[in-house]
Amino acid sequence: MTQPLLEVQDLHTVFATRDGTVKAVDGVSFELLAGETLGVVGESGCGKSVTALSIMRLQRPGRIVSGRVLLKGQDLTRMSEYEMREVRGREIAMIFQDPMTSLNPVYRVGWQVAEPTRLHHGWDKKRAMQSAINMLGKVGIPAPESRARDYPHQFSGGMRQRVMIAMGLTTTPEVLIADEPTTALDVTIQAQILELLRHVNREFGTATILITHNLGVVAGMCKRVVVMYAGRIVEAGPTKDVFAHPKHPYTWSLLRSIPRLDAEQHEPLKPIEGMPPNLVDLPSGCSFHPRCAFKVERCARDVPALLQVGESQRAACWVTQAGTELQGA
Amino acid sequence: MPELAAKPLKRAWTTAEPLVSVSDLKVWFPVSSGVMQRTTGHVHAVDGVDLEIKAGETVGLVGESGCGKSTLGRAVIRLLEPTGGTVSFKGEEITHIRGEHLRALRRDMAMIFQDPYASLDPRQTVGDIIGEPIDVHRLAKGKQRQERIRELLRVVGMNPRYADRYPHEFSGGQRQRIGIARALAVEPTFIICDEPISALDVSIQAQIINLLEALQAKFKLTYLFIAHDLSVVKHISNRVAVMYLGKIMEVAPGRQLYQRPRHPYTGSLLSAIPIPDPTIELQRERMILQGDVASPVNPPSGCRFRTRCPRAREHCAEEVPPLESYGAEHKAACFYPLD
Repeated sequence: MTQPLLEVQDLHTVFATRDGTVKAVDGVSFELLAGETLGVVGESGCGKSVTALSIMRLQRPGRIVSGRVLLKGQDLTRMSEYEMREVRGREIAMIFQDPMTSLNPVYRVGWQVAEPTRLHHGWDKKRAMQSAINMLGKVGIPAPESRARDYPHQFSGGMRQRVMIAMGLTTTPEVLIADEPTTALDVTIQAQILELLRHVNREFGTATILITHNLGVVAGMCKRVVVMYAGRIVEAGPTKDVFAHPKHPYTWSLLRSIPRLDAEQHEPLKPIEGMPPNLVDLPSGCSFHPRCAFKVERCARDVPALLQVGESQRAACWVTQAGTELQGA
Repeated sequence: MPELAAKPLKRAWTTAEPLVSVSDLKVWFPVSSGVMQRTTGHVHAVDGVDLEIKAGETVGLVGESGCGKSTLGRAVIRLLEPTGGTVSFKGEEITHIRGEHLRALRRDMAMIFQDPYASLDPRQTVGDIIGEPIDVHRLAKGKQRQERIRELLRVVGMNPRYADRYPHEFSGGQRQRIGIARALAVEPTFIICDEPISALDVSIQAQIINLLEALQAKFKLTYLFIAHDLSVVKHISNRVAVMYLGKIMEVAPGRQLYQRPRHPYTGSLLSAIPIPDPTIELQRERMILQGDVASPVNPPSGCRFRTRCPRAREHCAEEVPPLESYGAEHKAACFYPLD
């Protein structure tokens, strides 16, 4: 087996709040292979964004209390801020949900896209700008030469997200972290951006971590998926298997609760009862147990580890680890 | 503008007729510029919409941001004054009614908003939020009012004791339940749901959808369900209307729309929606639209979708395609429809 490009090992990130310590990321481990697109799904507050920010060491005011983030074997959590600045942008790029607020409104778009190569490769203005224009064209911005002279407010939401992607790609990083890149966009624009991310993955071979709450986006984009709930990974495996035979009750019930466009008949949805837990005051044992239809006595007592369940998947669930199949009305 | 005084219904309305009937409705907003702030143009937010909603049905209204779906909803319940066209409710024209007459109409209609964090006054208790429409319409007082508030909370699946608490003490899903209770307070027949689940977590959305469906059956409600998520709209609606740049492009029962879309915009909208099934996603043909939505200030001539339409020809720029019938309940506005 080839060595993974990026390995996250038992990562813990906490936030100190007035109400107590929030364990936003509570022992997360996964790996990203070269050239793949890995999906990280979960609802708001599940820790998916904080995991991404922790990889980039941008988790402040949160604190990484333990764990390692290995990029080609090098531990990012131990790097100095100066070394980390070399990694950000050059080796790992990140694009955010809201392209409206992540571009600087007072600089021309071309200049912003050119900045990473000037910084990381030491290119002069002319060369950096030429490559920026080139990249803007590659991400599908029409008339890139003149558009590079425009300011962010002159771009639509979808076009701004393209600019963000171009900015991330100028230094040809090996890892791209896309945090809800299409959530703020309309569906037809979402389709354009997802197609662009597929294209980027093919053309540049950039390994991508795609963070989303949308199970449909994961189904169409990712070969492997990690499902998060209340700061922990509850299930991981090939997308095909996780969607066909989920091994964690959270994944199982989430998939059944969403209306599907291709549904033949109107059937009442089967919601998950209750609501995601308060991270300051997590339930004992498995955090999902108060909402779980399969819970047994042990679930309220002990936290299950993420272990192999079935052929290809891993799940953190006492019930499926004991061999029970998830099924029900 | 004709000034109408409060008066009873002109004639008896029967449920065989549409509950709501919108005809050639237009809502334009002025755009001003320059030092003098002179009106230099108009945003054609809603630009000639015809739509009928039958009693007891749910009509879904989908479209991308800025297509005018929310504006249409607000004009239908008279939160916005239409620029042109008419709106009828229970067989009576309500386009320009005022005063007591409008107030009486407000008892028959309600609205549920998208953002449960912004649509509830943080300084009011839940009881006062739900009680406000009861007070405005003088529906109950004192003990009776308190009992009614508690009953409404029970109806939306919340503990009646929560009446004394404040909105910030609740999660998004619970706040949306409070918003629904407030809408039900006037015992309306018609409710506009404007993106009621878009701001909620995935695992909470199904709870609210099921609640809305249960309430519809219980109180014989009619819904106009506005959302951008076609999977949700198709699930909850009897018929779905697809809007683009202020106009309705296609109307059909949900499943028919999915199986056989006629308008190229509907086709591309459907193919853009991800289906949570990797096997299906792998095989799907994608019809990815080029470019962005045109400006509603200066909409394209003829068909508004033509600037992004893969099937557009010269004719599409010259004439506005009318909504034509494709079977009983299926209409589409396209000169070169999909097969």
